[in-house]
Amino acid sequence: MKCSKQILPILLILHFCFSLLPSSLAISSGTGEGYTINGRVRIPGVGANGFSLPGKLSNVKIILNGGQKVSFPRPDGYFSFQNVPAGTHLIEVSSIGYFFSPVRVDVSARNAGSIQATLTENRRSLSELVLEPLRGEHYYEIKEPFSILSLVKSPMGLMMCFMVVVVFLMPKLVENMDPEEMKQAQEQMRSQGVPSLASLLPGGAARS
Amino acid sequence: MAIRVSLIFLLIFISINQCFSLYEDQVGLMDWHHKYIGKVNQAVFHTQKAGRKRVVVSTEENVIASLDLRRGDIFWRHVLGTDDTIDAIDIALGKYVITLSSEGSVLRAWNLPDGQMVWESSLQGSTSSKSLLSIPVNFKIDKDNIIIVYGKGSLHAISSIDGEVLWRRELASESSDIQEVFQPLDRSIIYAVGFVGSSKFITYQINAKSGEVVKRSSADFPSGFSGDLSFVSSETLVTLDSTRSILLLISIRDGETRLHQTYISDIVGGPSGVAKFLSTKLTGMIAVEVNSFIVFIRVTGDNKLEVVEKVNQPIAVSDSLPFLEGQQAFALVQHDDNRVHLTVKLDNDWSSDLLKESIEIDNQKGLVQKVFINDYIRTDRSHGFRALIVMEDHSLLLLQQGNIVWSREDGLASIIDITTSELPVEREGVSVAKVEHGLFEWLKGHILKLKVTLMLASPDDIAAIQGMRLKSSEKNKMTRDRNGFRKLLIVLTRAGKLSALHTGDGRVVWSLLLPPLCRSDACQNPIGLNIYQWQVPHHHALDENPSVLVVGRCGHHSDAPGLLSFVDSYTGKVLNSMSLSHSIEQVIPLSFTDSTEQRLHLFIDADKHAHLYPRTSEAINIFKPELSNMYWYSIEDGKDIIRGYTLQYKCDLQVDDEYCFNTKELWSVVFPSETEKIIATATRKLNEVVHTQAKIIADQDAMYKFISKNLLFVATVTPKAAGEIGSATPEEASLVVYLINTITGRILHRVTHHGSQGPVKAVFSENWVVYHYFNLRAHRYEMSVIEIYDQSRADNKDILKLILGKHNLSSPVSSYSRPEVMVKSQSYFFSQSVKTIGATATAKGITSKQLLIGTVGDQVLAMDKRFLDPRRSLNPSASEKEEGILPLTDSLPIIPQSYVTHSLQVEGLRHILAVPAKLESTSLVFAYGVDLFFTRIAPSRTYDSLTEDFNYALLLITIVALIVAIFVTWVLSEKKELREKWR
Repeated sequence: MKCSKQILPILLILHFCFSLLPSSLAISSGTGEGYTINGRVRIPGVGANGFSLPGKLSNVKIILNGGQKVSFPRPDGYFSFQNVPAGTHLIEVSSIGYFFSPVRVDVSARNAGSIQATLTENRRSLSELVLEPLRGEHYYEIKEPFSILSLVKSPMGLMMCFMVVVVFLMPKLVENMDPEEMKQAQEQMRSQGVPSLASLLPGGAARS
Repeated sequence: MAIRVSLIFLLIFISINQCFSLYEDQVGLMDWHHKYIGKVNQAVFHTQKAGRKRVVVSTEENVIASLDLRRGDIFWRHVLGTDDTIDAIDIALGKYVITLSSEGSVLRAWNLPDGQMVWESSLQGSTSSKSLLSIPVNFKIDKDNIIIVYGKGSLHAISSIDGEVLWRRELASESSDIQEVFQPLDRSIIYAVGFVGSSKFITYQINAKSGEVVKRSSADFPSGFSGDLSFVSSETLVTLDSTRSILLLISIRDGETRLHQTYISDIVGGPSGVAKFLSTKLTGMIAVEVNSFIVFIRVTGDNKLEVVEKVNQPIAVSDSLPFLEGQQAFALVQHDDNRVHLTVKLDNDWSSDLLKESIEIDNQKGLVQKVFINDYIRTDRSHGFRALIVMEDHSLLLLQQGNIVWSREDGLASIIDITTSELPVEREGVSVAKVEHGLFEWLKGHILKLKVTLMLASPDDIAAIQGMRLKSSEKNKMTRDRNGFRKLLIVLTRAGKLSALHTGDGRVVWSLLLPPLCRSDACQNPIGLNIYQWQVPHHHALDENPSVLVVGRCGHHSDAPGLLSFVDSYTGKVLNSMSLSHSIEQVIPLSFTDSTEQRLHLFIDADKHAHLYPRTSEAINIFKPELSNMYWYSIEDGKDIIRGYTLQYKCDLQVDDEYCFNTKELWSVVFPSETEKIIATATRKLNEVVHTQAKIIADQDAMYKFISKNLLFVATVTPKAAGEIGSATPEEASLVVYLINTITGRILHRVTHHGSQGPVKAVFSENWVVYHYFNLRAHRYEMSVIEIYDQSRADNKDILKLILGKHNLSSPVSSYSRPEVMVKSQSYFFSQSVKTIGATATAKGITSKQLLIGTVGDQVLAMDKRFLDPRRSLNPSASEKEEGILPLTDSLPIIPQSYVTHSLQVEGLRHILAVPAKLESTSLVFAYGVDLFFTRIAPSRTYDSLTEDFNYALLLITIVALIVAIFVTWVLSEKKELREKWR
């Protein structure tokens, strides 16, 4: 929230700058049947001449009103929809690896088809119809590199740690005990007949 | 109960972070993706230059694709919009593929090597007309090749470099219907020929540089033209008169248009029927279909017509191909049992053949429908020909030197319906040697895996393990497996072909061109409709093979007679097929099976009679007692009425038929036509399993799901808003959603979404419906969920009552009792258009559900049902949190890792099918459109089996190490004991 508040004035300034510039993109020509929506898809990393990174823009589709019309971008990212009636429309961009917000496009009948565009995801209005991905999409889990820490953190690792503690620290505790108490405890144990490891195994059991 | 509940909590807890996700090296392990293009309409070869040889094709699925001529792989492919039908394709400048689409109004150029769109040009025009594309070979304006397009009643010249329209000439102003545009060689004049009205033939000569009409000439033929035109040469055309019995030769010479009449009966001999031109372009010759003969007629220089050949077999003819200097070659393909004969001839010399080959082709591919040829120069400098043929089942084959170089099963791009079948049970007696070999391989594989997990593996090892995983023969076996992952997907395609695909890798196990669905004299336009499981043996009829029922119809009208085929799903043999005397409007699979496990089906015809199948006395004996409990409903298209019916004894037909039953209307729901129009309906899947009726909620409370197979979801919109988005304002649009009991017609729930419109996509499962629609006020898509709970069972929670037996849990549920339902619903924003929605299905219904959303980008998103839970609130209490209820958000999250199609696209996605595997945690998902995609998903993780990448080697090594450690410590302790005893 704080972040967006900081961005807002900058956006307003930008908006003002853009409104001064002659916007060549959002102008649409009126014909008998409807208007033309012109716009541009810009994916960061793909240069102005899309040929520098071939295959990136060629998989992009621009979809009007959920499939009513489908258009494809040119190498420089420009696209257009012809014969669109005045009204409110929705433009979506389908591209593998990127998430684009759908854009609400209002084609005005009064102002000779002038266009207002708003991103529906974050309600940001666009001064010109340049569509940029909101974020990249990674479809795969990233394999975490093998590390001792992750092994230790796993339930198995924790159990192992506990065992190690028991095996190595418990005798230390026993050593610190009073020698008389030790003896008492040992006698108690003997009287109860705690089996040793050897007697547990078949060979040891047979001998005893 | 407590254990189960805690288990469910555990499951929820486990699956809370990630529902389904994949590591990159797991791609292709349990999924497969096949790319198709559909039935090829047109093909253009590009083989002139050295380098990759390719063929560019356009198809019925609106796909434009460039294929590798060597192997048939797709270099690139684009699926155009559904209304953007491709009219013509060609190659310009040797580097651009030109497509003309949308009835001649959109012209696009694609870069031939990579398929990037270079330019797009929209052609204006007022009237709809035939659309023609022609690229003059050696004609230039300022070093620029022009493209001549006739579309929307106007002739356009377009620069092939940037798509700029150089000039435009309206020809439709005089209501002329242009049929052909051509350019004689080495002249800057374009000819446009066509008809004005029905009795005038008109020729325009147009200056190619400026678009001026230089000359116009016409010829009248009072008895009228049929409208067909066949191009013979740049000076001669042939057309038919309105009775289709006279051939009219049109010669355009020196700006004059003259007509010559020739009776077909005179040259063909005998009485002639109705003649029809074959849609093929030959030079100096025409191909006419008369009396089921195909007659090739040569046009000689002095306007004479002579018959060259008469063929009465099915034959496919290619267009003429310029070949050597001034000569033209064309190909003929004829059939002879399971062989096809390919003949290439020069058009001015019928007697000799340039090439004659005979190739054996699988009978199940049917007849050759189209042929395209291309020439190449052999190593000994002679000319060879390759032929691309399109078969009746829409498959595409390349023939060269008497062999099939490659073939593509492109019929699978147009699947109509689908069902699944189990594979045969594995037989006893697996050889030991095979197992031992397998054991060694298995261990080696696991040691490699261990190396990978410990990050010790070299790139070679990684490649080896990847290859080993993908090749795994386990998943491609032709037998049933314990987990139920291996199945057969039986698909019916638009071509009338039935294919069985293996779920392991998607290969075609068997395929069958269904004889009743092939064009025949008895039935001109058969269409396949649906496919049902007819016989699923599992208990006492295990020796029988399962079989499927394919329902078709002879013609496009719903009252056309029905066609049935019964096909063995293991072998792909037709067991029985029949043409019915009645039509089929609706098929109702019943819940009864006979002693051989054949499922009883009711077919409702157009007169609302019900016909019982199979027609055996056993079936009728099973069915008769249940007759009074049979209800069905129909949604009348266009009328916005839903009617419910019941069955009565005996038909009132003249013929006595004991398998036929009358129906009686019980109820009807009539939607007011001025305010509501049905746009979507959804029902539960018949075979869906629900594990528990009760849903345990926080505070040890329970809610009872209202589970009924007889619920129908209906969505209606105001007629104004029935069109596309943007055609209605929020004030005039509203969406109304109903839940209707189909036995009584009672509306259980009704909700109105003001300012919303379709398209509505819905899925109904258990006791909930999820639907997707467009909210015009927010101008965003929304998804809503409705859950229905049974209130009449709500007071069963008292344990004392349960002990005393004062509960109604075992009382029968009747649709006629007044239901006390409680409905909860909630809506969320969803940021994408949706093509289809499905829901996962598991064997016992214990595993939590996921929605499978086919997005506008042709991906399949798996979304947990917990995101669409009407009990979500802004601040869930601690107990609700414990239950797994997520805090409410206004929009549904799209997590990229939960795309089940990961980085793939199922182009032209139409439907998503989910089938339960035997393993409870797992659901098999098959998405189809132009492409096919299959995977298996575990909505709550695979809690009942070890994952694929579980490391058995690590387990073994650990066990071995432990045993060694035990013995070592034993020996040590022995020694110590001995030492102590000596002391």
